[in-house]
Amino acid sequence: MMDLLGLSEWAAIMLSLRVAVVAVICALPLAIGVAYLLARKRFFGRQLLNGIVHLPLVLPPVVTGYLLLVTFGKQGPIGSFLEQVFGISLGFRWTGAALAAAVMAFPLMVRAIRLGIEAVDPGLEDAAATLGASRTRVFMTVTLPLILPSILAGAVLGFAKALGEFGATITFVAAIPGQTQTIPSAIYGLLQVPGSEPAVVGLVTVAIILAMGALLISEWLSHRMARRVGR
Amino acid sequence: MLRICVQENQGQFGLDVDINAPAGVTAIFGRSGSGKTTLVNAIAGLSRPDAGKIVVGDAVLFDSAARVNLPPPHRRVGYVFQDARLFPHMSVRRNLTYGGDHDAAHVIEILGLEPLLDRRPAGLSGGERQRVALGRALMCDPQILLMDEPLAALDAPRKAEILPYFERLRDETRVPIIYVSHDVSEVARLATTLVVLDEGKVAISGPVGQVLSSPDVVPLLGTRTAGAVIVTRVAGRLLDDDLTELQFSGGRLLMPGQLGEIGQLLRIRIPAQDVILAREAPTGMSALNVLPVTITEIRPGRGPGVAVGLRAGDDQLLARVTRRSAGRMELAVGQQIYAIIKATAVGPEDIGG
Repeated sequence: MMDLLGLSEWAAIMLSLRVAVVAVICALPLAIGVAYLLARKRFFGRQLLNGIVHLPLVLPPVVTGYLLLVTFGKQGPIGSFLEQVFGISLGFRWTGAALAAAVMAFPLMVRAIRLGIEAVDPGLEDAAATLGASRTRVFMTVTLPLILPSILAGAVLGFAKALGEFGATITFVAAIPGQTQTIPSAIYGLLQVPGSEPAVVGLVTVAIILAMGALLISEWLSHRMARRVGR
Repeated sequence: MLRICVQENQGQFGLDVDINAPAGVTAIFGRSGSGKTTLVNAIAGLSRPDAGKIVVGDAVLFDSAARVNLPPPHRRVGYVFQDARLFPHMSVRRNLTYGGDHDAAHVIEILGLEPLLDRRPAGLSGGERQRVALGRALMCDPQILLMDEPLAALDAPRKAEILPYFERLRDETRVPIIYVSHDVSEVARLATTLVVLDEGKVAISGPVGQVLSSPDVVPLLGTRTAGAVIVTRVAGRLLDDDLTELQFSGGRLLMPGQLGEIGQLLRIRIPAQDVILAREAPTGMSALNVLPVTITEIRPGRGPGVAVGLRAGDDQLLARVTRRSAGRMELAVGQQIYAIIKATAVGPEDIGG
């Protein structure tokens, strides 16, 4: 299989992995925070927040990509701010691909983690509070360990989504080989070129292996964790 | 020692109580929905009453007038929940020390927790869980201990196994305890003070012996559960007949089995429906315990029954007879009569240290 993959295919694979890993790592803390808010707090605008979080799930990915382009692109309000103040450029860079992947994966991560938080008995948190634990300590020592399996599930789901993300990415950052060309856009690109089926087969195989691998590892880890939290 | 004055309105349900509790175990008794848990949650700070004042010793936990409302972690309240609420991802040892390790060795000793320390909550029995929950609450050095029906989820043998630990705790710590229950036997065994809640209000309160032997309490507790509590001393044994002789101010009682040690104080509860009244000292009957008593109060109930308050020596007893019998016997306050108590009327769950 290795000889099916040329240099540019390997570049797409490594880029996809980097984009997906960075997207999940950056989005995870925010997803935990938002999931906690949605699961445990009643506040004004909760439904609005819920709607915004889920928007990337229901919008056409091209629309999400377009919205990213006009806000985070070079001319966009946030994009130009980031570029001027921090020197971070997102448009047509791998960082932009990571942002697009994170935005698309975000609702899936929030949903998985929120289910986990809702399954934790708030009585346990009350008990910890009466034992003198601050809110932060309650969260870190009771809530967080109990929802680790669902955080993991959310992370794997997000990783798989980030690996496969196509529409928003190609709209926001195009498919520049070595820069923003991930596995899906590389496959799509190769399909336009006659005689490149071997490379396509190689990339498709890699995509399947990555997805299956992530799934198996997460099953195994969550099984171990579930045993550790005594369920 | 402890002042709990709380007003709260939750739609149809209202809570309006003002309780002054002395040291020792204050039992909050009432049917489900009478506001017991709401009251305890207010003390712990898990719910916020509309108005009121909660003071433990010198510490003001809540005072709506002065806008004081300490958050739960700052209240130093040890809360033992009905469902234990142990942290499932921690060992028993880590559960115990989560809030602190005050007096750890002693707590582990009196609750018999040593063999459980390295186990996980999922592998514990209901009784063991409650012991761990109690130990955990004690180790955070609470200034008050709240116990919300800690035995309600347990079957009778588990209860019997854990009650002696509670009695020992009551006798060995100086922490005031609020004990919520709807089980009269538990209350009679453990409580020093009893507060009966009815529809969010204090119906009656006072020393447990006094409250339980008051005829007023019969309709609140239900005719089957009402009964006086007296403190007796183990005076002797009738080994041949497997009976224990108990002495109290009103005379002596014979109870089945080998109870306590000679000289030990035992509390026993005598259900009102198991006390028979007679105008003359009966002869030729099987009941062993006949006590001369004076009628202090006669209170007709809503049904066919009458609650009769009796004084035996310095103690109060309570009997429940039908209105018809009371009329036929011409019972009257101040009358000297005889109370007959079957030795088997007092079950093992009604006898405590």
